[in-house]
Amino acid sequence: MKTDDLVALLSTNLEPVDRNAVVRTLYVAIAAGSIVAFGVAVVGLGFRADLMTARALMFLAIKLAFAIGIVGLALLYLTRLARPGGERKISPALLVALPFLVVAVLAAISLGSAPQSHWERMIVGDEWLECLLSIPIIAIVPFAVSIWAVRKGAPTNLSRAGAFAGLIAGGVSAMAYALHCTDDSLPFIAVWYGGTIVLCTLAGAALGPRLLRW
Amino acid sequence: MTTLEFELKALMLASLDGNAASYRSLLDQLSRRLRAYYKTKFAALGRGTSEAEDLVQEAVLAIHIKRHTYDPGEPLTPWVHAIARYKLIDFLRRNRVSLTELPIDEVEEVMAHDDNADAECTYDIRRLMQRLPQGMQCSIQAVKLDGLSVAEAARRCGLSESGVKVNIHRGLKALTALIARETRT
Repeated sequence: MKTDDLVALLSTNLEPVDRNAVVRTLYVAIAAGSIVAFGVAVVGLGFRADLMTARALMFLAIKLAFAIGIVGLALLYLTRLARPGGERKISPALLVALPFLVVAVLAAISLGSAPQSHWERMIVGDEWLECLLSIPIIAIVPFAVSIWAVRKGAPTNLSRAGAFAGLIAGGVSAMAYALHCTDDSLPFIAVWYGGTIVLCTLAGAALGPRLLRW
Repeated sequence: MTTLEFELKALMLASLDGNAASYRSLLDQLSRRLRAYYKTKFAALGRGTSEAEDLVQEAVLAIHIKRHTYDPGEPLTPWVHAIARYKLIDFLRRNRVSLTELPIDEVEEVMAHDDNADAECTYDIRRLMQRLPQGMQCSIQAVKLDGLSVAEAARRCGLSESGVKVNIHRGLKALTALIARETRT
């Protein structure tokens, strides 16, 4: 078949397309992934017992703000990365790093104003291992649906698109895990929340080229 | 912005709304630009240009299947270039060509030259199509080759109307995958 014949074939009975399909698919996928993540966290781990106390709510708000900030910014970039050439006009490292930076600074201030003998407890907390395992595990479903949604588009930088899918999945998972987590200190959030989300990002970057090829 | 970009973008916007004549004109012009682009690239890599036509068809199919990813707020040229280059790299990787020899190119290169020497590619799309499942084959044949309406095709193929549309979309995707396998040397 000559290329002219192929062109004729493709343009015969052309269907109009939905111009918002890429963005909408991503939003729906992240919403669905979030619902599953919250479900897994609540059913698998349960709410923290002291959820309704003022201190618990304050730290829940901090954790959520951190995670939502990451998810929101990352989603903005992912909607671009899901399109061909979308990687050309973004310098993502800067803006997406902002939530991490803010939490790191707050953590440093919080450590600085506490006696050194408290530092280890503030950083390691009670449940660092649970946090280290839970966030990546809860992130699996949000990651899978994000990848599915990006595949509906046409990413041309696969590791970067994979990294942002991982970053979003990690952020969504951290939001869900925060409902259960009783470790209330900024250094803990910076190290274990931040660290596991970065871990999800790296996993996404590594898996992207394999999962997103089209 | 160049006149070519302006003209092609207008055709693309009309195509997204379902204007077949605009789309045909768009793909026709893009395929000529892509042919020149791929021939230049293959020549630079020291490969023959006979494979260029394979890539032109692959890229045209990709543009078709992924046309919903074009953001109307953006210029068309970078979008076409990104797809063209992605398909080139994919092709080279498939054929184990070192990518270090592939120079970084400017977005405008994809539209730089016009080459209307249409040719057969090394595989036969019609033959490849016979390997598709019955529903996809029948839907593509009816709507895309025989020019029947979706409703008529649904009757002929024994599918629902949405089934025909899904089968065409999946069939063209499957065809792209078959071509990719076919052009691996």
